[in-house]
Amino acid sequence: MSLREAAAISGVGETAYTRGSGKSVLAMQLEAALKAIQDAGLSPKDIDGIVPYGAGVVAEDFITNFGIADLRFSAVTPMGGASCVAAIQCAAAAISAGICNHVLLVIGRNGFSGNRIGARVAQMPQFRTIAEFEMPLGAIAPAQLYAPMARRHMELYGTKSEQWAEIAVSTRHNAILNGNATMTKPITVEDHQNSRMISDPLRLLDCSLESDGAAAVVVSASDRAKDMAKRPIYVMGVAEGHPDSPSAITQRPDLTRLGLAKAAPKAFAMAGVTHDDIDVAEIYDCFTYIVMCQIEDLGFVKKGEGGPFVGDGNIKLGGRLPINTHGGLLSQSHMAGMNHICELARQLRGEAGRAQVADAEIGLVTGYGDMGDGSIAIMRRG
Amino acid sequence: MSDQVVAKPMPEPTPDTQPYWDGLRARKLLIQSCASCGKLRFYPRPMCDACYSMDSTWIEASGNGTVHSWTVTHHPFHAGFKGEVPYILATVDLAEGVRLNAQVRGIERDALQMGLPVKVGFEAGADGLNLPVVKPTG
Repeated sequence: MSLREAAAISGVGETAYTRGSGKSVLAMQLEAALKAIQDAGLSPKDIDGIVPYGAGVVAEDFITNFGIADLRFSAVTPMGGASCVAAIQCAAAAISAGICNHVLLVIGRNGFSGNRIGARVAQMPQFRTIAEFEMPLGAIAPAQLYAPMARRHMELYGTKSEQWAEIAVSTRHNAILNGNATMTKPITVEDHQNSRMISDPLRLLDCSLESDGAAAVVVSASDRAKDMAKRPIYVMGVAEGHPDSPSAITQRPDLTRLGLAKAAPKAFAMAGVTHDDIDVAEIYDCFTYIVMCQIEDLGFVKKGEGGPFVGDGNIKLGGRLPINTHGGLLSQSHMAGMNHICELARQLRGEAGRAQVADAEIGLVTGYGDMGDGSIAIMRRG
Repeated sequence: MSDQVVAKPMPEPTPDTQPYWDGLRARKLLIQSCASCGKLRFYPRPMCDACYSMDSTWIEASGNGTVHSWTVTHHPFHAGFKGEVPYILATVDLAEGVRLNAQVRGIERDALQMGLPVKVGFEAGADGLNLPVVKPTG
């Protein structure tokens, strides 16, 4: 049995993305969820499965506020930024098993106005090993934990900071086209190079935002989705992958290989498509380096060739592999990649506005989280 | 307020990891060794992933290693480190085959390169906590 085309994205919804929402995390999640449910042409009472992001809000909150009489399935996929795309696999598996028909995936956070990342990660069980052994050394935040991976890549392959700058610049360009993005001022490679060093080699403009807002997706059984409000976006292939030494990057045999390298071949095989079939890709962009590394681990280029690939403009709108057409975590909002799923669905529906990739038929979305967990979904328009 | 000292993050050892911290207190870098099959593991944890034994002993690391990667932190993510930026954290391949992460002392940022031989040292922190540091050889 395969999850190939067992499920489809039937609805997407997002709140305004801000730095200072003045709202509770639950209120924002309900707002985004209601938008996604209405986008799908459903009533909240039709939701029979929920996979919340797993920070601060639980399935019970939605049962209470939506008046759901008989929720049949709930789970969490605690993989940090890989959670949202991994939740698609979780939802598709539950649907495929006949447990439920319409699964709500939802995230919301006051990531800017509430606890910031340096304070937040210490409380997450995924970071328990780091909290005991590395935080006392001064290795506190993801930028510091990931920077040695980026440095190793530079030293092994001659990768340049200016190449990562192209990711920041093109992602900002796309955010400006989006209309619901936090960062709306164009930047140049020079701006990137002049931005302050956070944890060498990662500069400020290599780092994603901390954001307030919420985003939600409805995953429906494919046989239901074909007759719903919007064009169904079928999940052709989906997988999660965990890196070697998933609790401590320090101990990983190959610092430049992420969990996505294990997941991607499974998802491509399930989908039955090749890299040339991918029209658009929404790639988890907590840091520019992580985008480049995933392009390699996805198999678009060989390990070590990601720098020239991103540096040569292939990832821009109109390029060989347009990525993060909404502005991503770098410039739209940090919704842990739920916004990437929303954008892929919009691209494949033809609803991506000024950032629309012409005639986008097949695309992929990835997640990356914690110490390198990965997830991927390959989708096609119905 | 401006010179108020903020405590750095402190480890909360468990029965699985206490010997490691006790070793540092005695200025020894201890690596856990499977009592059944001898495989070394780091960071300390309950089970050997080769033979699933939960019995372990501890060996003292030679302190010899080479640089695998590094980062120079300029942004203070924790107030306890605000007075120390910029500081270098190096990932070091220890001779025993596991890796250490520690702050660097006495090596300039521009001198760092993959494979650079280094030596592990120890530095006293707050509350009797000793932490490993990475130093030049010789």
